[in-house]
Order: sequence, then C-alpha cells, then structure tokens
Amino acid sequence: MLKIDNISKTFNPGTINQKVALSNLSLQLEEGDFVTVIGSNGAGKSTMLNAISGSWFVDEGKIFVDDIDVTLMSEYQRARYIGRVFQDPLMGTAADMWIEENLALASRRGKSRGLRVGISRKEREIYYEKLKALNLGLEERLTTKVGLLSGGQRQALTLLMATIQKPKLLLLDEHTAALDPSTAKKVLDLTDQLVNENNLTTLMITHNMQDAIDHGNRLIMMNDGIIILDVRGEEKASLTKEYLIKKFNELSNGTLDNDALLLSK
Amino acid sequence: MITFSNLIYRLPGGVAQGLIWGIMALGIYITFRVLNVSDLTVDGSFTTGGAVTIMCILAGVNPILALLISFIVGILTGIATGLIHTKLKIPAILAGILVQFGLYSINLHIMNMSANVSANPDRFNLLISMRNVPNAILIGIIISIVHIIVLYWYFGTEQGSAIRATGNNSNMALAQGINIGNMKVIGFGIGNGIVALAGGLMGQYQGFADINMGRGAIVIGLAAIIIGEVVINFIFKKGCSFYTRLTSVIIGGIIYYAAMVIILWLRIDSNDLKLFTAIIVTIFLAIPNLKVKKGGK
Repeated sequence: MLKIDNISKTFNPGTINQKVALSNLSLQLEEGDFVTVIGSNGAGKSTMLNAISGSWFVDEGKIFVDDIDVTLMSEYQRARYIGRVFQDPLMGTAADMWIEENLALASRRGKSRGLRVGISRKEREIYYEKLKALNLGLEERLTTKVGLLSGGQRQALTLLMATIQKPKLLLLDEHTAALDPSTAKKVLDLTDQLVNENNLTTLMITHNMQDAIDHGNRLIMMNDGIIILDVRGEEKASLTKEYLIKKFNELSNGTLDNDALLLSK
Repeated sequence: MITFSNLIYRLPGGVAQGLIWGIMALGIYITFRVLNVSDLTVDGSFTTGGAVTIMCILAGVNPILALLISFIVGILTGIATGLIHTKLKIPAILAGILVQFGLYSINLHIMNMSANVSANPDRFNLLISMRNVPNAILIGIIISIVHIIVLYWYFGTEQGSAIRATGNNSNMALAQGINIGNMKVIGFGIGNGIVALAGGLMGQYQGFADINMGRGAIVIGLAAIIIGEVVINFIFKKGCSFYTRLTSVIIGGIIYYAAMVIILWLRIDSNDLKLFTAIIVTIFLAIPNLKVKKGGK
C-alpha cells in the first residue's frame, strides 16, 4: 500500500547547517499494516512522514501509495490518498469553523470543490452518527466552533476527519504527545477503533515505547535517517520495553544515551 | 457656519457615500478577515473600477453593465496580485503594493491619459448620483443587500468553505487536499472585483473618476470593518451569524463616513482627516492584541 524506495533528503545542503535527515531509506507497508515508529529526536521519523505527505520533495528515490507514484505530487494532491493527524492539536482543524464544517471539508478530501452547498442535510445525519460513536458528546455540538474544544476533543475530531473518507494511508505524527495521559489513552483507543473498523494502513510515530509495543502489528526503530530495527507479527507481540532500550543502545552504538530516558517515558 | 441644520443637510450625502465605502469594505473583508491577509491592491483597483465605469458610460454603455464590467476588470487585478503572491512567492502585502503601483499607469491609460474624466448626470444616464441623494441611498442599500446575500451563499458552498479553511488554518486546508494557492487567487479576485464595483459606484455618484480616488481605500475599508465589529461585539455578546457580520461592515462604512461629515462640519481642517483616520484604525486594530496580552495568552 505504501512503498518508499531508497529516499534521501538533506536539509541546507552545502551550508554549515547541513543535515542529512534521511539516507537511502526504504520501507514497504502491506494493506492493513499498522506500523508504529520509534526513535530518538532527530532520527528522521517526522521527516519520513513529511516526505510521504509531501511537505517538500525528496532529493532521491521514489514514493508510491497504492502503486501510484506520488514522488512529484504536491502536498494537496497527495492528500487525496493520505489522512493525517499532527502532534499539535491546533494544526489539524480550522478553529473558527464549526465541527460540521470541518467534517464536511474532510469528507471532500481530494475531490473538486465547486458551487454545491457546503454541507447537505443528509451529511449532517452521518456526522451525527459518526461523532456519537466517539462517545465524547460532540454529536450535540455540530455547530460549535472547533476552537472551543479541548485538545483531546480536537485530536479525536482530527482523527475522524482523517478517516471519514477512507484514506489509502493514515499518518499519525505523535498525535497524542501533547495530551495528558488519560486523554492520550482515549485518543489511542479511538485510533485502534477507527483503524480496525476501516482496516486502514497506518504509520504511527510515538515517543512512548509501551504504546509502540501495544499498538499495531509491526514496529520500526529509526536512527540517523535509517531504519535500524523492523519487527512484526508474533515477534512484535512479545517485545518488552527493556529489550527495545537495550536494542536501541546496541544499534545506535550508545551514542544517544540521554534519549533512552526519553524513550522509556 | 457651524449650524445644526447644516449638519442635517449634509448627513444624507454622508450616508450614501458611506454605503459605497461599506460595499468596498465587503471586498476588503474577504481578503482581510476571510483569507487573513492584507491586500493593498485595493487603492488601485478602486480607481480602476471608477475609471472603467466612467469610460464605459461615456461610450454609451448601460450604467449597470458598466458596473459589471468594472467588477470583472477588478477581478483581473486581484488575480494578478494573487498570482504574484502564490506563484512567485512574494509576500501578499508586497504583491498588492506592486500591482497597485502598476495600476496607476493602467488607470491613466483607461482614462485616456487624463487625471480625471467626468460624466455629466445631465447628459448621461447614471444609476446613482449626488444630485438625487435619497435615490442613491436606496440603490446603495439594494446593492449592499445583493452583495450580502451572494457572499453568504458563496461562502457556504464547497469552494467558499475551502477559502475560509485556507484563511483560518492553511495546514488543515492542505491536509484536506485544498489547493490553497488557487483559493487565495480566487479570494483576491472576488475581493478586488467588489472593490472595483464600489469604485464604479463612487464614480457615478460623484459624476467623475479621478486618478487619486482610491488613495487610502484600504484604510477606510479597514476602518469600516473594525467599526462594524465593535458594534456587533457590543450588541451580540455571544457571537452572531455571517449575515450579521457582513451587514456590520456596511454599517461600519456608514458610521465611518457620517463621522467624517461631522468632523468636517466642526470645521476641522480636512487635510488632517487622514491622520485622524490612521490613528483611529491603529487604536482599534491594536485593542484585540492588547487584550490578549493582558489575559496572559
């Protein structure tokens, strides 16, 4: 469903700030794969997601989503295939627009937007039902401005928006990192629910090792712009935090000891 | 002489002009409040509208059709700014200044290289004129209502919603597959179309187009928007509909111009008006920012 073929990206090439963010990275996801991504700060996790979503073009290599070559597509064109949730709850929704307006915009992801009415009555009923399934009481607040919602509610809404029109690929960039632990858990449960219901192919970055172990069917660890560990199926189910930290220090040559703390949060 | 009857005599004319500036402010509202950018093209496109309308009327074109032609030419000026901003990656403010600057020459060409052209209401058929102020007010109100209804409808469509999302959170818009560059170009286009149409109305009202008639249009438009917002925030504590917001812009235009009439009536030197306006707009633009700071956010 996703095929990353030998991509590389260097920021500020030829300057004192030159930074090789991705080097010959390859990754292939099958349909329905739910992959969690861990790694220290600067390992290239977010860079990989941004390369897929098209924030900028890669220097080398190709990216395919469902056999469609998206390497040279602009960000808004790729959005047709990709649903995204960001770390910052403010980023994924339009604060001054109503809940139903945000959902209506998301329902038309990748479609042409003409002079038809922005939200039909029938849609409202669908949104009501979908919001009801989230169990947050948002279904009674369809005409509330999103800016009035809490961070957790906004992330839940963003998740629904990313999946309301089934994407070929769902990208979650530490989407629970800015939430308090109990809200983060709710949003993660909701993530599982939506991913399972729709059988979504998903890439989820997390700083929380336990979450990375508990969710999904495959786990990859990144360091210095490459994948240093790739575990799936039974083997992944039996992973422990301790093992991952040990493995991390081994594979990254212990260069980033401080990050072990961060990772084991 | 400062007499009350003198003021009463002058006020209706102020209301008529205020309506026209209010309609222009609706165009600025699209860029300033919906797209969240400041578009300085308007000082030029307002004059373009006036020039095109008067030249059309001199050529025997129906005055309503002349306004529609101004509207379309205005859209083109906005598209120029939009393309310079989105395709050439020049900041919106600078793109607007460049187009406005260039429009000065274009406007002169439209007016056959003269600094002003007049259409005598005795000889030409005009939609509105300062000779008949009550009629001008009536037609101004009708045109305002048409604008408000059409804008309300448009910003409720899929495309209008996409433009609003682009202005509100471009990240979110991109993630929803919205071509934010195109949306900005469309917004700049519609905004300047309305500004040019208002310029055409002003040209007909005063009976002439002048190369400097658009000078300061952006500031007057911002004043109208802000005065309107102060009024609705005072009346509706809990927010209000988009209809009310658009209407408030027109009302803001009327209040602004009525205030100008009063200031002139008080015999304040009209050369100082621009300074007063600039200070008032600065204060009202600053108030929300200062409030936020106080709240510790």
